[in-house]
This record gives sequence, C-alpha cells and structure tokens, in this order.
Amino acid sequence: MNVYLKNVFTDVGNVTLFTSKFFKEVFSPPYEFKEFMKQCYIIGYKSIPLVAITGFIMGLVLTLQSRPTLAKFGAESWLPGMVALSLIREIAPVITALICAGKISSGIGAELGSMKVTEQIDAMEVAAINPFKYLVVTRILATTLMVPLLVIFADGIGMLGGYIGINMHGDVSLFRYISKVFDSLAFVDIIPATIKTFFFGFFIGMIGCYKGFNAENGTASVGQAANSAVVTASLTIFIIDMLAVQLTDLLF
Amino acid sequence: MEQEAKTILPQVTSEEKVPVIEINGLVKTFGENNHVLKGINLSLNKGEDLVILGRSGSGKSITIKCIVGLVVPDEGEIKVFGQNVLNLVTHQLNEVRIRIGFLFQNSALYDSMTVKQNLAFTLKRHASDLTSQEIETHINAVLESVGLAEAINKMPSELSGGMRKRIALARTLILKPEIILYDEPTTGLDTITSREISELILDLKKKNNTSSIIITHDMACAKLTADRIIILKDGVIHAEGSYQELEESEDQWVRSFFI
Repeated sequence: MNVYLKNVFTDVGNVTLFTSKFFKEVFSPPYEFKEFMKQCYIIGYKSIPLVAITGFIMGLVLTLQSRPTLAKFGAESWLPGMVALSLIREIAPVITALICAGKISSGIGAELGSMKVTEQIDAMEVAAINPFKYLVVTRILATTLMVPLLVIFADGIGMLGGYIGINMHGDVSLFRYISKVFDSLAFVDIIPATIKTFFFGFFIGMIGCYKGFNAENGTASVGQAANSAVVTASLTIFIIDMLAVQLTDLLF
Repeated sequence: MEQEAKTILPQVTSEEKVPVIEINGLVKTFGENNHVLKGINLSLNKGEDLVILGRSGSGKSITIKCIVGLVVPDEGEIKVFGQNVLNLVTHQLNEVRIRIGFLFQNSALYDSMTVKQNLAFTLKRHASDLTSQEIETHINAVLESVGLAEAINKMPSELSGGMRKRIALARTLILKPEIILYDEPTTGLDTITSREISELILDLKKKNNTSSIIITHDMACAKLTADRIIILKDGVIHAEGSYQELEESEDQWVRSFFI
C-alpha cells in the first residue's frame, strides 16, 4: 500500500513537472511552427473521417432512440431541440474526446515511446535540439486547438444525422429543423461546452506525450505507453467533464 | 564557432597532448546497489582515437553518455574543451554538444524522415544562415564522404544495418564535430561491413583530425582504430595501453579480450 501510494504521488509530481515545463517552453523561442502545422494536419485533418462517421451515428441513433418516448407524450416537435442540446452540451464533446483519446493520445504515446526506446530523442538532445519543444509542445498545442474544432465538426455532423433520423419517420424540412435547433439553443449551452473541449484537447495531448516521453527502455514499454495513455486520457476526460458540468451548473 | 573554440581551448604548444576530454572520479549508481561506475579517470587528447573495452554492463556507454549530458553522474568532473559540463546550464551545454558528434548503437535515425531530412534537421537548426542550396550542397558532400550519396531520398526503413550506421555517421559529421563518440559502431554488422565502418572511422580521423572515443566489442575494429585502449572492469579502469601492449599483457583477464 505504501509503495502504491508512493508511486501515485511520484506520478502526480512528475506530471506536474512535465506540465509546468510545457508552459515554460511554449512561450520561449525558437518556435517550431512547421512541426506544429504538421501535427495539426495529422491530429485534426486526418481524424475528420472518424469523427464524421461517429458524429453522424451519434445524431442518428440519439434521434431514433429518443423518438418513441417523446411520441408517447406527443412531444415529437421537441426532438430537434433535444438532439441539438444533448449533442452540443454533452454527447459530441465527450464522445469525440474519447475517440481522440483512443486515436491521438495512443498514437502520440506509441510514437514518442518508440522514439525514446530507439534513442531518437537522445539523438535530438545530443544534437543540441530541444526534443521537448519539438515533440511535446507542438503536439500538445495541436491537440488543444484541433480537438475543439473536431467537436464543433462533430456537432454539425451529429445534427445532420438527427435531421435524417427525424425524416425516417416523418417529414420535416431542413429549414424548419435548423430553426427548431437554433430556437432551443442559447450561448450558455455552447460556450461552456466549447471551453471544456480545450481542456479535453490539452489533456489528450499532454497525457500521450507524458506517457511516451517517459517510456522505459524496451519495446514492451511502447505498447504500455500507448495503452496507458488511452486509459488515463479517457478517465481524465470523464473527470474534467464532471467538473465542468458542476462548474457550469454553479455559474449559470 | 571557431573563435569560441580558440577562447575555450587551453593554449598548449604540443598538439599531441592537448586534452579535449578529461574525466575525474566519475561515479554513477542506478537504484541502491547497482554501482556502474566507481571512479573513472580518463582523458582524450586532441586527434586521438581512444577505444574503451569491457564486458556488457561495465559502464562503457554510461561513461560517454555522461560526457554529452544524457546521463548525470553522482560524483566526478567531466571537462570538455576545458569546461566542466556538469556545471553548465542547458544553452552552454548545447554549445559544447554542437562540437561533439555521437553515433548511437542503433543508429537512432529519425524514422519519420528521409535521409536528407535527417541530415537537414540538425543543420537547419544550427546553421540558420545557410540557404537551401548550401544545405543541399553540405548534405551531398557529407553523404559522399560516407559513400552513400545515392541514399539521399530513402527512408531509414529502406536501409540495411551498415547503411544506417553510415547515414547516422553522416548526420553526426554534418556539424563538423571536433570529437566523435562512437557507441558500438560495428555491433550487429557482418565482418566486411564492420571493417568498412572501422576504415571509415580511421579515414574521418585522418581527414578531419577529430578525436574519438570508440566503445566496441569488435577487436578487429579496436586494432584498426585504437591509438590507446582502456579496459573497464567492475566500474573502474582495469588496464590501459596500446593494442599491442594489452595483447601481450600478463593479466589473464585482459588477454581474454584478444583471444
């Protein structure tokens, strides 16, 4: 038990140091802009198909599953608003973040872990290149920026799925559907939900980088780094979400 | 860079004995009981090729990793070009690192980059005043020097073990280092390729007058390249001398390396 607690506190300390190093390095030149753009392309653009498919299915399934219950109360007309609120406030941010944790955090963990094990990170260091700035800062910044954009994209695609779901059992025009959606939305629904996605993105990148950058020597540790990155990032997303909901509830 | 080197290097009349690396009382322990280095003292003179021999786990790689700051020793002093690297802050240490090349045991090529990008990556960051054309010329020249000009657009995964070593060496040479640290440069290579790499090390020394520390288990490589050999045992220097001196040593354990 003592050893376990010691390991937990050591890990917390190391993560804190790692995070503080990020904030120290992010503002100091030289800036690796080209690598940052490359990571935005890999993390953002290359995740679009996956996010689009899951976003569409989320909207469609949510609509189809909710419809019978609302129909019992004769409240089918509330369906667009309910789908939009559910997607924007909770489902799209959390599901998209979980997908990103699986795809991006594990990818970063495995990539950096492999670089660590094969001494590529050491090679950068002995060539007087700051590997933290080149590998870690760029990836965390890219996830922090790209995950919110992917969530907004998933919101839109999800609502398109909802529109198709509604029209499977009825006939609602796109204009009417969109006006119903916007009628039910307020800024207080959109802003807190969007702000929390920046935190999701930051932690997805940070956990992936931390796990990869601290992989022990040996190929088995690459798999462990990837696996551990997914588990920790997923858990962190739920914790942040819970805190964000509590905070939003308190403030608005 | 050259101006800075003049101010750092001690002014000594005899070129042969100018120490570029001096290590005193180096101690490193991993965990509580794994005493890898127990007080190593060694020096590398300008233009000298020093070979370090020893059994696996005797602390050879740790010693050279301490020199470039990849591993921090528990005790001791490491002077490179007269500066104690253990007292330097990061940007000062980086200025020293630029003057040292390090060839890793597994080559450590950046596997997401082509050969050209591997070489340009380092060069662009330390010679930002160079034009793209000049960078290309430098890369071609250094690839020519290791005999692999045709591999410029290949990915590391497309290269054989020997080619990877040569490209890693080219990447090391791109900044024209004054000292090169070789961590088992011929490990995992066939006899012919090993000899080619050993000859390349010797050739580079003659052309560029670099000083080198070569860690190896390959006695043919040691014989060809060594000006002086150090043998590590149980974290200390057990024997020191030329290849011939150690080969004829009366110490049975030392002689066992040469059988």
